[in-house]
Amino acid sequence: MSSTVLRPAPPGAAPPPRATRAFTPARLLPWVLLAPSLAVLVVVTGYPLVRMLWLSVHEYERAQLLGVPAPFVGLDNYVATLTDERFWAVTARSFVFMLVCVVATITVGTLVALLLMRLGRVMRLVLSVALLLAWAMPPLAAMLVWGWIFDTQYGVVNHLLTSVTGESWMGHSWLISPLSFFAVAALVIVWGAIPFVAFTLYAGFTQVPGEVLEAAQLDGAGARRRFLDVQVPYVRTIYVVLIVLSMIWDLKVFTQIFVLQGIGGVTSETSTLGVYIYEMGMAQGHYGAASAIAVVFTVLMLAISAYYVRVTVKEEQL
Amino acid sequence: MSLAPAGTVPVVAPAPPAAGVVRRRRPARRRAASVGWGVVAALLAAAFAFPVYWMVNTSFLPTNLIIGPELHLWPDEPTLRNYDTAMFRQERSPFVPALGNSLQVTFLVLVAAMVLAFFASLAVTRFRFRGRAAFVLSILVIQMVPGEAMMISVFQMVDSWRLLNTVVALGVVYLAGVLPFTIWTLRGFVNGVPVELEEAAMIDGCSRPRAFWRVTFPLLAPGLVATGVFAFLQAWNEFMMALIIMTRPESMTLPVWLRTFQQATKSTDWGALMAGSVLVAVPVVVFFLVVQGRMTGGLVSGAVKG
Repeated sequence: MSSTVLRPAPPGAAPPPRATRAFTPARLLPWVLLAPSLAVLVVVTGYPLVRMLWLSVHEYERAQLLGVPAPFVGLDNYVATLTDERFWAVTARSFVFMLVCVVATITVGTLVALLLMRLGRVMRLVLSVALLLAWAMPPLAAMLVWGWIFDTQYGVVNHLLTSVTGESWMGHSWLISPLSFFAVAALVIVWGAIPFVAFTLYAGFTQVPGEVLEAAQLDGAGARRRFLDVQVPYVRTIYVVLIVLSMIWDLKVFTQIFVLQGIGGVTSETSTLGVYIYEMGMAQGHYGAASAIAVVFTVLMLAISAYYVRVTVKEEQL
Repeated sequence: MSLAPAGTVPVVAPAPPAAGVVRRRRPARRRAASVGWGVVAALLAAAFAFPVYWMVNTSFLPTNLIIGPELHLWPDEPTLRNYDTAMFRQERSPFVPALGNSLQVTFLVLVAAMVLAFFASLAVTRFRFRGRAAFVLSILVIQMVPGEAMMISVFQMVDSWRLLNTVVALGVVYLAGVLPFTIWTLRGFVNGVPVELEEAAMIDGCSRPRAFWRVTFPLLAPGLVATGVFAFLQAWNEFMMALIIMTRPESMTLPVWLRTFQQATKSTDWGALMAGSVLVAVPVVVFFLVVQGRMTGGLVSGAVKG
């Protein structure tokens, strides 16, 4: 990144952020202010990132953890990863799962936001509080509760299905089959993610000037047209942020999948990328191979966020 | 690295909706429609709140009613037995140390994140210096690096420092996780405070640090609340890093403790588990309800102005 040039203050209009040309304590001040954050980030984020790259080109197993030197293996770990069917299965699974979750979250979140716009004060408050409760639930606690709701023996879902359909659902296991495992996982993740999306979009919609909507209505635009042609373009930036963030969060989902597997999923058929790295590395001790997967994972994440980063950089004039 | 920012910054701006346009005509039809929407909203609210309700309900039910052929939608014979079991009958890992660890690490991260982010955001907004743009770009990009990818190297680093199972190590890892986002957020808020205010204070004889402290800092309250909320949520809820760093029973944080209820060999004590979940969730819910009202704009104002 090229650095910003020190600007000599032009007479008259002094640029707000100023810098002193002379080597004075004032010139050191930004670095003093930045130093603690920089130190934490370099040590706790920078170093592990470098270490991750280093591990990914070495053979590093349990033995190396005990002091046996790690041989350099070049790109072997990457070749092994990229030719491993399991890696592609996990990646494909993660992406499909992410797409389903993001589409569901954004769609329902939009509908909830539009509903919030139409409600009277009382019902808006009621719905907001309910959304807030779902949002505030810690992911782990939420996952355990949902695990209990879908419990094989005494879960409320099986109880209800039994009384509604008349057939006995008791003992039906929702987590054994990968498809219904992911359906449950998606339900929980979407349930937890909608409040943030709905509140954010609602806040955005309320900023659309009433006159613009009124003008559109006078021109004969129905609710649908007004939504697509006025409201959506107005909150376009919010949509971009929400979609990118949702993609990132849902692709790297760890806690929910990990916990649901603990309740009763088949690990080999339900792991997503984050959980897969944990299995390969922490659980099985293939640290080198797992680090190669982690590097690939990171590259995928950066690719997804590249557009967002570029737009942000442009807007912020970095 | 970003540690799964589950709930980012609560954004609330319940300004009167602009949909008033539709409301002027056809009052009768409108009333019917609004009743309809009210019903939809009530159903939706019930759906969103149900899991939370079910957790609380189960936590007060005696075990024989939880595990039985009948569904108990209401705690008929409420009992505190499950809370007793969760808090004091845990042979695997005791509740009190876990609570202590969680409180310590959360407090540490909350305070450190706010102070460090305040300093850093001043540096990148109030000064032009070599490397400024590079730093801002770095924190933007670092946020996209998944913590899941770095768990192995972070684990090995903490291990090599001989700091596994320590609150300080976990706190520092969390701090690094939240800093990019908190600096980014606060930076937007500092940008909103006019430099002229600081300059006026400096003309009046304040030193630069004093001008920051006396003028800018008090105006950053909403930004600092946003930062604090995020840091609190991360530190209190985070599970994965705590799982690999805090493995000893006495060093576990609450999320890791909560997981010990489930063992492969034994059937789950759902009543105690739900009581434990309530204990973990209540502080977050209370915190949310308290800070909720103070947040205005937040992310939205940042996103829209672009």
